[in-house]
Amino acid sequence: MEKLSFRLTAARSAGGSRAQAIVGVVASGNLEVLLERTSPADTCTIEIATAAHGFGAVWDAVVRDFVARRPAGGLRISINDGGARPDTVALRLAQGVRKIEEPER
Amino acid sequence: MTQVAANNVSLSWYEASARQRIDALVDAGSFCEYIGPELREISPHLSIFDLPEQFDDGIVIGHGRLDGTPVLIAAQEGRFMGGAFGEVHGAKLTGLLRAARALRQDVLILFDTGGVRLQEANAGELAIAEIMRAVIELRRAGLSVVGLIGGRAGCYGGGSLIAGTCSRLIVSEQGRISVSGPEVIETNRGIEEFDSRDRALVWRTMGGKHRYLIGGADTFVDDEALAFRQAAIDALKIKRGCDTNVLEAEQNRLERRLQRFGEAEDAVDIWQTLGIDAPTEIPALPTDAFLRAAKRRENADDAR
Amino acid sequence: MSNWGMQKAALGERLTAGRRHAKGKIVPLPSLPAFLAAVIRSGDRVCLEGDNQKQADLLAAGLANLDPAEISDLHMVQSGVVLPAHLDIFEKGIARRLDFSYSGPQSARIARMLFGRKIELGAVHTYLELFARYFIDLTPNVALIAAVSADKDGNLYTGPNTEDTPTVVEATSYKNGLVVAQVTEIVDKVPRVDIPGDLVHFVVEAGRPFYVEPLFTRDPAAITETQILTAMLAIKGIYAPYGVRRLNHGIGFNTAAIELLLPTYGEKLGLKGKVCTHFALNPHPTLIPAIESGWVDQIHCFGSEVGMEDYVAARSDIFFTGPDGSLRSNRAFCQTAGLYACDMFIGSTLQIDLEGHSSTVTTSRIAGFGGAPNMGSDPRGRRHPSEPWLKAGAEAAPDAAPALRRGRKLVVQIGETFGERNAPLFVERLDALELARELKLDLAPVMVYSDDVTHIVTEEGIANLLMCRSKDEREQAIRGVAGYTDIGRARDAKLVEQLRQRGVIRRPEDLGIDPLDADRRLLAARSIKDLMLASGGLYRPPSRFRNW
Repeated sequence: MEKLSFRLTAARSAGGSRAQAIVGVVASGNLEVLLERTSPADTCTIEIATAAHGFGAVWDAVVRDFVARRPAGGLRISINDGGARPDTVALRLAQGVRKIEEPER
Repeated sequence: MTQVAANNVSLSWYEASARQRIDALVDAGSFCEYIGPELREISPHLSIFDLPEQFDDGIVIGHGRLDGTPVLIAAQEGRFMGGAFGEVHGAKLTGLLRAARALRQDVLILFDTGGVRLQEANAGELAIAEIMRAVIELRRAGLSVVGLIGGRAGCYGGGSLIAGTCSRLIVSEQGRISVSGPEVIETNRGIEEFDSRDRALVWRTMGGKHRYLIGGADTFVDDEALAFRQAAIDALKIKRGCDTNVLEAEQNRLERRLQRFGEAEDAVDIWQTLGIDAPTEIPALPTDAFLRAAKRRENADDAR
Repeated sequence: MSNWGMQKAALGERLTAGRRHAKGKIVPLPSLPAFLAAVIRSGDRVCLEGDNQKQADLLAAGLANLDPAEISDLHMVQSGVVLPAHLDIFEKGIARRLDFSYSGPQSARIARMLFGRKIELGAVHTYLELFARYFIDLTPNVALIAAVSADKDGNLYTGPNTEDTPTVVEATSYKNGLVVAQVTEIVDKVPRVDIPGDLVHFVVEAGRPFYVEPLFTRDPAAITETQILTAMLAIKGIYAPYGVRRLNHGIGFNTAAIELLLPTYGEKLGLKGKVCTHFALNPHPTLIPAIESGWVDQIHCFGSEVGMEDYVAARSDIFFTGPDGSLRSNRAFCQTAGLYACDMFIGSTLQIDLEGHSSTVTTSRIAGFGGAPNMGSDPRGRRHPSEPWLKAGAEAAPDAAPALRRGRKLVVQIGETFGERNAPLFVERLDALELARELKLDLAPVMVYSDDVTHIVTEEGIANLLMCRSKDEREQAIRGVAGYTDIGRARDAKLVEQLRQRGVIRRPEDLGIDPLDADRRLLAARSIKDLMLASGGLYRPPSRFRNW
């Protein structure tokens, strides 16, 4: 497994009050994304364990776009990746933020 | 005073993830997860094989309420390693069942498993045995263990053995229950005996409808979370212990069944013997028509 | 004094030779080997059906069992190289030269045999192109065809899978060629006469149905969220604004997703009756929900699809059926319809380069062209106007005088930026070029040329190439929807943003689409079983697609 790690400045922090959220499943072409509200409000950390080696540059681009476009501040994001395509990764990250911003029941 | 509110959104059980199934099954907002993903209790073995891990090791456990009644729940994620049992996965279920006995609560197991992980074979097989023991001990204490089967991986191998110890089983058409899978049968017995690519044959042999007809499952439902929920609520109302009387009744039931149907070549022959009209039409029937036709089914009501 | 009836004389000899092994027109099955050896000559041009779907498999096997010492050097002209036997005849030296159109199931083996010089390649064609040459310079001497049933006079019923047969027989029989048909059974009276007995010389009763490839069945369970997103983009960003009523869908999961989104997403957008009313299309099971909810007026089919026969027969207001009630398909006419009577083609591909050329060729597989280039090309012979055609023409040449400005057919390439095994859709250099070099072909096998492509749709958005005014703009428009591929990441961000401002590139958010809404719950059917239920039980899916 290849391990990658990013620490980025986020313009906006994630809304809502949930402490954590999880989306996705680890399977071929899929990934799970665990989001925990444990980072400073202006920071987003992303840790990735991936079965597909050598795609560091692509992860970099996907992760940076995500932090630029979505309210990712305050989040520690941990990913277990089963070889998903970049568009699936972007989708899960967006789904994760939406989930953690959901009002608590 | 607890708020009882069902989730009324339609959800395909087959398509849903483990977490979505739990969400749809229990009273809204009542689920609290034990040993959640944030604790990162992952498999200690998969990294040796350079395989990806999942934070919950493919099984979600916790407590919730079903129509106001507290229950413990375990849901397997069939898409992670085929929902197969590993050391942590198995231990979570074992621990849940033992906790159920201490708490005196019923348990729902949402099966979706191909059996035991090859990579964790020893630990997995041990877990199956521990789980079966824990189920029986729970039942001997007068509590219920209800299995729900209808996911992509079906309920195979050690999972099906555990299902065999449950007090009630709820199954949908997509569900399959068998110790050996289709490919295993074909490899060991030849394609003449069992063509694993003949999917209609696979479903006739081990699919939800046949299991219901032959007394291998107690309730048949649509592939719909609300249907599973209602069936689980009903199943939990039936109290049955697990003493020698029950086991003897079950043994007799199985012996009779073997005698009655042992010579049958195909499930259609069994359905014919059961006295079902137009047995070849069974696979194509929608649920209500199927349940009407299934009135003459074998059941395990006085056993298990 | 020249003899102008040599071909007729030659035919007479074959008939005499063949009759020694037949009773009237009927050749008994055990006599097939001797019969074929008697009627086929070395060097013959043979058309073996080899259609896209149905296969004259008995006759193919018979051909492959000939003795190459007696019969060799055959020139095979056939639409589809589908069965192993189709290539066995080359392996064994019975056939030498090949002109064909499609080789999907044999794409790896045919590539190996072409590289290994076991086959002398005439050319790879589109279906319509090959049919055209049957009448000019590739006329068969012998046609080996497949039908459902025959009477003793040789009248044939080809049924739902009529496909290429009328075209093949027309070219062969009227030019002194020999026509031999395999049928499932000989009957007293055929349900309808698809091929008149006059044109058929011999019939063999196979005793079992001919083989049919199930090609157009896509399992809704396999449709991903990304494919649904591309489908939403296509519907809202292309179908709706151009008002596309008459169209062809190439096979693939993206188009299957579009078909399943019509009754739900399309309905929400108020598009029923405004788009997707007339199709040149095989009976796709995934179109059932749209048909059932009243979207479709009419469909003409190239061929049939396994399991759809009863459904089609029960929907004669929509499909073409004979007096017997069953589907009548016709590939040549449907290809022509797709070319001239449709305003849009939309389909998937494997590779797109920076000019917009699109190809399905890889260095280890040669699948041929099939019909896609017919549909996926701008027919310059078209004269009748329609709203989408004129609108596209205006986008392509806004400064031209309207009365002299012909329209453009919409040719859309749709797909995810990363395909199977995470291979990128967008590449600097097509594998097809490498193939052309290896095989010494004059042309690289391109499915759709850049000057025909009008739009590219990926999960990142829609690129409208009609609106590009320079090679540079075109390249950046392509890079602008190429996602995180190497091609996409090397984009000129400023130029791409300008293109977006002009509407040359449109992102989901520009169309009011939230990628998070691309959910499988939008599909009108999510499984093969749902399709079966939507058809009221008329659709009978093949066993491999069942989970009940």
